[in-house]
Amino acid sequence: MERRCPYAPPAEYDRIRAENPVTQVELPTGKRAWVLTRHEDVRAMLADPRFSSDRANPRFPTLVDNTPMRAAFKPSLISMDPPEHGPARRAVVGEFTVRRMEALRPRIQEIVDQAIDDLLAAGEPADLVTHLSLPVPSLVICELLGVPYADHEFFQLHSGRLLSRDTSPEDRRHSVDQLTSYLDKLIVEKEAAPTDDLLGRQILKQREEDNVDHEALVSLAFLLLIAGHETTANMISLGVVALIEHPEQLALLREDPGVTLSAVEELLRYFTIAEVATTRLAVEDVEIGGVRIKAGEGVIGLSNAANHDPAVYERPDELDIARGARNHVAFGFGAHQCLGQNLARMELQIVFDTLFRRVPSLRIAKPVDELDYKRNATVYGLHSLPVTWS
Amino acid sequence: MRVITDVDRCVGAGQCVLTEPSVFDQREEDGTVLLLTDEVRGETAERVREATHLCPAQALSTSD
Repeated sequence: MERRCPYAPPAEYDRIRAENPVTQVELPTGKRAWVLTRHEDVRAMLADPRFSSDRANPRFPTLVDNTPMRAAFKPSLISMDPPEHGPARRAVVGEFTVRRMEALRPRIQEIVDQAIDDLLAAGEPADLVTHLSLPVPSLVICELLGVPYADHEFFQLHSGRLLSRDTSPEDRRHSVDQLTSYLDKLIVEKEAAPTDDLLGRQILKQREEDNVDHEALVSLAFLLLIAGHETTANMISLGVVALIEHPEQLALLREDPGVTLSAVEELLRYFTIAEVATTRLAVEDVEIGGVRIKAGEGVIGLSNAANHDPAVYERPDELDIARGARNHVAFGFGAHQCLGQNLARMELQIVFDTLFRRVPSLRIAKPVDELDYKRNATVYGLHSLPVTWS
Repeated sequence: MRVITDVDRCVGAGQCVLTEPSVFDQREEDGTVLLLTDEVRGETAERVREATHLCPAQALSTSD
């Protein structure tokens, strides 16, 4: 279903939520799944261990044929259930604590400043995606993981293909193979000489705990590299458009930089770019919202519908950066809630503060409804965003 | 009000630290919750209640 206007969730979501909040739909793959549209139901489902994340299960209600992903490597965190998931997540979550992210702030600020210098040097009109939205999260995740940024065009190409629903199964397999063999080689090098970065530290940790697992590290690196590229990049582009299109909101942000944190939460809620990441498979019969979901049935917690639920958010389709939307499910909920959420928050906060302070006259060089939106992608966003500033 | 944590459930999302850093911290090694104090009052207690609601792993609870 397409978004309206082009930000708001499809109008059908409101109708489904009002008339039949837990209902069955047919997916493009021909499978059937329940969709949950109420905030309360989505939270309850995601926090309930009777719903599995095992994407390798043939009954898992995927929107695209994911056979190439399943064949390629060991399940990564997003696909794990207890009892494997807890220890695997705890092995890496220490790298993403609030304190660790805070320590990265000065470096992220430098990266953002450099990207804005590059944008201004490119001359008008310039593409914000090329000069700011992609390079910032890309450089940050590359430095954090210890992956050479020089290869960024390669990862950006393949991660874009993997997240587009228009990619054929053959091309999807090719991208998975390319990325896997690249990361496999990189990790072999790091195993020979561990570097002081996330992947190097994971290698040392594995050895210390006598738990050496090369394949698990490749799949972790794959997940973090993909997740680190597309999500934050799309939120930067969409956030810039939304703030410019709502000048009264942008004025609030400029008057009080303290509002930026709350603005970031509201933008995350408003766009909810990864709206079907919250898909699960029932492994037992469970009652949700008064409906009995049977073991073996798929469930999509439609996070974008949940984040526009009028029972939780007044005037949900309005952007209100002061509303304090912290209970949104844009990062998911439950044991799988986004590992990189505090990194994403910090990047977005620094980008919006710095960009509108340094380039106060920033404008979009095209009518907003003619921009190149990712209408058929797993993560919503913009392919390009032409901007001017004088 | 007393603050209770269930470290086994914790997934280290850090929502509690963002909400009330005077009560919650995360362990360096595995990101799990670390209580800096377990008795809270007034506005701090309000924010602890909010953290309890936001915790994705439902690893926090309170008792009077």
